[in-house]
Amino acid sequence: MLSPQIIDLLIKALIDTLHMVAVSGAIGTLIGLPIGVALAVTGRGELLQNLLFNRIVGAVVNMTRSTPFIILVVAIIPFTRLIAGTSIGTGAAIVPLTVAAAPFIARIVENAIREVDRGLIEAAQAMGATPLQIVTKVLLPEALPAIVMGLTLSAVSLIGYSAMVGAVGGGGLGDLGIRYGYQRFLPEVMLAVVLVLIVLVQIVQSSGDWIARRVNKRHLKV
Amino acid sequence: MMITLTNLQKTYPSRGAGAPVQALSDIDLTVARGEIFGIIGRSGAGKSTLLRTINLLESPTSGSVQVDGVEITALSARELRDTRHSIGMIFQHFNLLSSRTVFDNVALPLELAGVDKATIRQTVEPLLDLVGLADKRDRYPAELSGGQKQRVGIARALASKPKVLLSDEATSALDPETTTQILHLLADINRRLGLTIVLITHEIGVIKEICHKVAVMEAGRIIEQGPVFDIFAHPSHPTTRSFIDPVINRGIPDGLRARLSPTPQPGSNPVLRITFTGEKATSPVISAISRKLNLDLNIWHGQIDEIQGAPFGTLVVEALGDATAVEAAISLLHVNHLGVEVLGHAVPANH
Repeated sequence: MLSPQIIDLLIKALIDTLHMVAVSGAIGTLIGLPIGVALAVTGRGELLQNLLFNRIVGAVVNMTRSTPFIILVVAIIPFTRLIAGTSIGTGAAIVPLTVAAAPFIARIVENAIREVDRGLIEAAQAMGATPLQIVTKVLLPEALPAIVMGLTLSAVSLIGYSAMVGAVGGGGLGDLGIRYGYQRFLPEVMLAVVLVLIVLVQIVQSSGDWIARRVNKRHLKV
Repeated sequence: MMITLTNLQKTYPSRGAGAPVQALSDIDLTVARGEIFGIIGRSGAGKSTLLRTINLLESPTSGSVQVDGVEITALSARELRDTRHSIGMIFQHFNLLSSRTVFDNVALPLELAGVDKATIRQTVEPLLDLVGLADKRDRYPAELSGGQKQRVGIARALASKPKVLLSDEATSALDPETTTQILHLLADINRRLGLTIVLITHEIGVIKEICHKVAVMEAGRIIEQGPVFDIFAHPSHPTTRSFIDPVINRGIPDGLRARLSPTPQPGSNPVLRITFTGEKATSPVISAISRKLNLDLNIWHGQIDEIQGAPFGTLVVEALGDATAVEAAISLLHVNHLGVEVLGHAVPANH
């Protein structure tokens, strides 16, 4: 079976992957959430309709989202160097992962907010709520279950993307799989990497489902 | 006056190739302090748009909206938000936040207005008592029945101590029994707090049950308005009649209707509908007519209803006598302030 050295490598790679996914997911949410809210409330007929802003931001988001991730990683290397000081390694990989995650999360948040019953916005307006209050007191709390599900989906995608940055020296499980499993032809390492990824995705998905159920008060037993 | 709408117009600009939509035309309406004012109309009549001009959720294209002496179309966004704190609103689909408990839903308008936590508790708890939901304070809307949800909606609308309550089809999603309970709650709040209520509905029963005044809308216009009793007793517009006929049986049986001709025929007799309202319902006018004018009245159909606690009767009679006697009878009825209307002329049964 696996030698202790390989197991050490596997654990280190897992930690690297978790590190990359957690940091890029967190920064991606910090950037994506406000963009998603802004997209949702500036659309046609929405709270703060601003079609020019909506189209420009929407176009930027779409451009990032339609670029294949592996091309995005290469294309933004100068930017990555500027931010991380290097273009190789786990720290550097966080930059393209964040750049990919933020617009993805923005669209997910936008959709979650658009799903909120318009009657609730009207009710809040009738109570004299400011647009900011409508966002913080009505839209975000009501969209929370959908946002949690979307963030779970983003985390799972990021785990997949993080395996890809291994191809450009990013570290983590994908890197381990390519270097040991593929290039040194150690199929048991490849299998172990795949199994760890499967378990990781399962845990993330189940935790996300559990949290979403906890915050969803819409389907309670009467 | 609590609410005065003057010459309101609302036009939605055309979308694409369509013509602009005139949602409200020439609306003039006043609602007195402490009144329950009902607006009835079929869907698309413009009643929902009209209701929303009162808190400016819909801004009129032109015209004036005054609430408690303030011209609200002239307010800044901030002033409008402050004014909206004094106008509560309840909705057909309740519009409660699913993520908040009953207590937190009722507390929302106070939170929005920046009221401190202790004051919020002091305000919300009596309101939950008022609507009979004190035991549900920590439940979520998904755990409540429709009627309970609307009670939460009412408590929430009352939280900021409004002067006016706007009700947007508040009972239309409820079963008849729950509807009655919610209407009684609204009437009770109106009496106890002196709250002015403007409600829109497509159910005439709602108007009959709790409204003092009514406006009937069709195609963006108010086609008739006045005290509920008067409108029910003497509806002048066919649409109004079509609303009222099912609940106040002003009609006549089909067998008799077949004998009616719109114009006099040889040997026909005029058929009159006499409406008795208020205390007149108990004065013996019919027998007086027979005695004084020597006119026999053949009773076809009769009914007594109660509107707003006052008796309201209709009597359909065939007048067996010459034209002069019938004319005299009609003027005698008018003198006695009874409603009278010639329905047609009864052709003899064997004709």
